[in-house]
Amino acid sequence: MPETMVPTNGYECVWAKPETLTETKLHYCPGCSHGVVHKILMEAVQELDIQSETVGVAPVGCSVFAYHYMNVDMQEAAHGRAAAVATGIKRMLPDKYVFSYQGDGDLAAIGTGETIHAANRGENILVIFINNAIYGMTGGQMAPTTLLGMKTSTTPEGRNVETQGFPFRITELIAMLPGAHYVTRQAVHTPNAVRQFKKAVTKSFQYQKEKKGYCLIEIVSNCPSGWKLTPVEANKWMEENMFPVYPLGDLKVDGKPVEKRPAVPATKK
Amino acid sequence: MSEALLMKGNEALAEAAIRAGCQGYFGYPITPQSEVLEYLAEEGRKRGMVVMQVESELAAINMVYGAAGAGARVMTSSSSPGISLMQEGLSYIACAELPCLVVNVNRGGPGLGTIQPSQGDYFQSTKGGGHGDYHLIVLAPASVQEMADFVFDAFDLADKYRNPAMILADGALGQMMEKIVFRDYNPKDSIPAKEWATTGKPKSRERNIVTSLHIQPEKMEQINLNLQEKYRRMREREQRYQLVNTEDCEILVVAYGLAARVCHRAVELARHQGLPVGLLRPITLFPYPYNIVHELRDRLRRVLVVEMNSGQMVEDVRLAIEGRVPVDFYGKMGGIIPSPDDVLEKLITMTDRAGVKQIKEASHA
Repeated sequence: MPETMVPTNGYECVWAKPETLTETKLHYCPGCSHGVVHKILMEAVQELDIQSETVGVAPVGCSVFAYHYMNVDMQEAAHGRAAAVATGIKRMLPDKYVFSYQGDGDLAAIGTGETIHAANRGENILVIFINNAIYGMTGGQMAPTTLLGMKTSTTPEGRNVETQGFPFRITELIAMLPGAHYVTRQAVHTPNAVRQFKKAVTKSFQYQKEKKGYCLIEIVSNCPSGWKLTPVEANKWMEENMFPVYPLGDLKVDGKPVEKRPAVPATKK
Repeated sequence: MSEALLMKGNEALAEAAIRAGCQGYFGYPITPQSEVLEYLAEEGRKRGMVVMQVESELAAINMVYGAAGAGARVMTSSSSPGISLMQEGLSYIACAELPCLVVNVNRGGPGLGTIQPSQGDYFQSTKGGGHGDYHLIVLAPASVQEMADFVFDAFDLADKYRNPAMILADGALGQMMEKIVFRDYNPKDSIPAKEWATTGKPKSRERNIVTSLHIQPEKMEQINLNLQEKYRRMREREQRYQLVNTEDCEILVVAYGLAARVCHRAVELARHQGLPVGLLRPITLFPYPYNIVHELRDRLRRVLVVEMNSGQMVEDVRLAIEGRVPVDFYGKMGGIIPSPDDVLEKLITMTDRAGVKQIKEASHA
C-alpha cells in the first residue's frame, strides 16, 4: 500500500487504490463493468509485483482510454487488431507480461481473424474480453454477441436471426483451439464473481510466466446506458438473459477442456 | 565490405535486413516478393531474428506496430494488394511515430492485377496512402545493389525521424539477379536508444504510451503540426537523387526505379545521336527532390517523365517545374516495361517539336 494512502486520523485503512491505477477519474457510465475489471486487473498486477514487466494493449471501443487509468506501459491498437499488436510486443519482449483488453465488437467482429489466429498460435498473452452484447462507445448498435430479439439502435425490432445471424460464442470456439491454454467466462456483478475473476487473472499471469500460451478471460458484462436500464436492472437483466447464452465458468484449464460445462441451449430460429 | 555476391533483389534485401540488425519480420506471402519471407525464414531465424508468417497483411502491419512500439527494429514486406491492406496500420504507425521498414515490391494493378512489375503505387506510397495527413519516407532502388543499400538507409532514416520508411521497388527489381556487395554496418552504432518504447514501466519513469488517439482537437492539431514540422525537416535535409549527363542537357528525362534504368540507356542512345538529353533519377520519392528540379529547370527546353504507370510522379515534376517548361509524359501500365527504344523515339519526337538542335560532336557517345 502506498504510504500516502495510509490514513492518519485514527481510522484503519482496509483498502487503497493500487499504484497500478492512475489518479485519472474513470469516464465510464455509472454501473458499468469496465471500472471493476480495470481495478481487478491492475490489483493483480500490483499484487504479483509485475508493473515494471507488464505491457498492455487497449482496443477501440469504450475502453479505448484504458491507458489513461492503467499505470503500466500501454499501446493503443487499431480497431480489432489488439491481438496482433500484443503478438508484436510479446515476440519482441518474450519475458514481459502482455495483455490485451477488448470489447465484443473489437474482438469478435472486426478483429475475429487476429483473435482466432493469436489463440491458435498459442500466443503467450492474456486477452481480457468484455462482452456486453452491444457497441457502447458508438451509441448502442448491435454487436456480434447481441442476443436474439435484443433491441439495439441498429436492430430496433430486436436481433433477427434471419437477417443478423446468431449471437457469436467466440469463447467456445477459442476453447476448441489447441493453442488456447486457459479459457474462462467470468462476471463482476457480485463480490463473489469479482473474487473469481481476480483468481482467473492471477492464474493467467502465472500461466504466462510459465510460457504456457494463450489465456482468454471473457467477462459477461452489463451496459446500463446501452441497454437503457438502471445499473441494478442491468445486472438482473444480464443474469436472466445473458448468462443462459453465455454460461459462466471455466471452459479450458491448463490446456484441458472442462467436461462438466453448463449446457448451452440450442439457439431457436 | 563483403565479397561480391550474385543475388536476387528480394534476397539481397532480406540479407541486408539481417545485417542491419532487424529483430522482427512479420509478413504474408505474395508474388513477386515472397523470397523476402522465405529467405528470412531460413537465414533470419538461424541468425536470431523473429520471423513470422502471419494470417494476413492486416495482422502483419499491426504486429509491426506492436513490435516497433516495444522498441525493436522491425519490418514487413509485401506487394501492391498486400500493401493496400496495410494502409490503415501505416496511418496509425505514422501518427504514433514508430520507426519501421515497409517494403513494397510493386506489381501491376489495380485490383488483383498482374504479378509483373509496375510503378502504379507511387501516389499511395508518397502522398500518404491511408487516412489523415502523413507521409512515409520513400526510397526507390534501381538495382539489386540498392535493394540492399536502401535497407540500411531506410532503417536509419526511420529511427532518425521516428517515421515509417518504405522501399518502393517493383517486381523486376525483386526478381532479377545482379552483383551485390554488402556495406559494413554495425547496428549497435546506428540504432538509437528508444526511451519512449513500451518495455515495462520501472518506478523511475512515467508510463510510456504508444497511441494515435488524441480526442481533443487542439491536441490533435498539435500532433499534426509536429508531424508537418518533421516532414519539413525531411524535405530540407533528405532529398536524394542521381544525375546523368545533366551538365549541358536541354531535355531532361525524369524517371525512378526500373524506369530510370530504361531511361539511362535511352539517354545514352540519344547522346549517340547528338541529342542534349540528361537524366534525373529521384531516389527519395518522399521527400521528393524538388530542389534539383528548381536548379535545372531554367536551362531546360522540355522535360519528359517516364513511369510504369498512367502518370503519377509527373504531377510532382510539374509542381517543381511550375509551368516554366513543357512537361511530357510517357508511360506503360499493367506490368509492361517500356524499352529504351520506346523512350528514344519519344525523345526524338519531342526534340523535333521543341526545335532542339543536335550537338555537333556527339561527345558523350
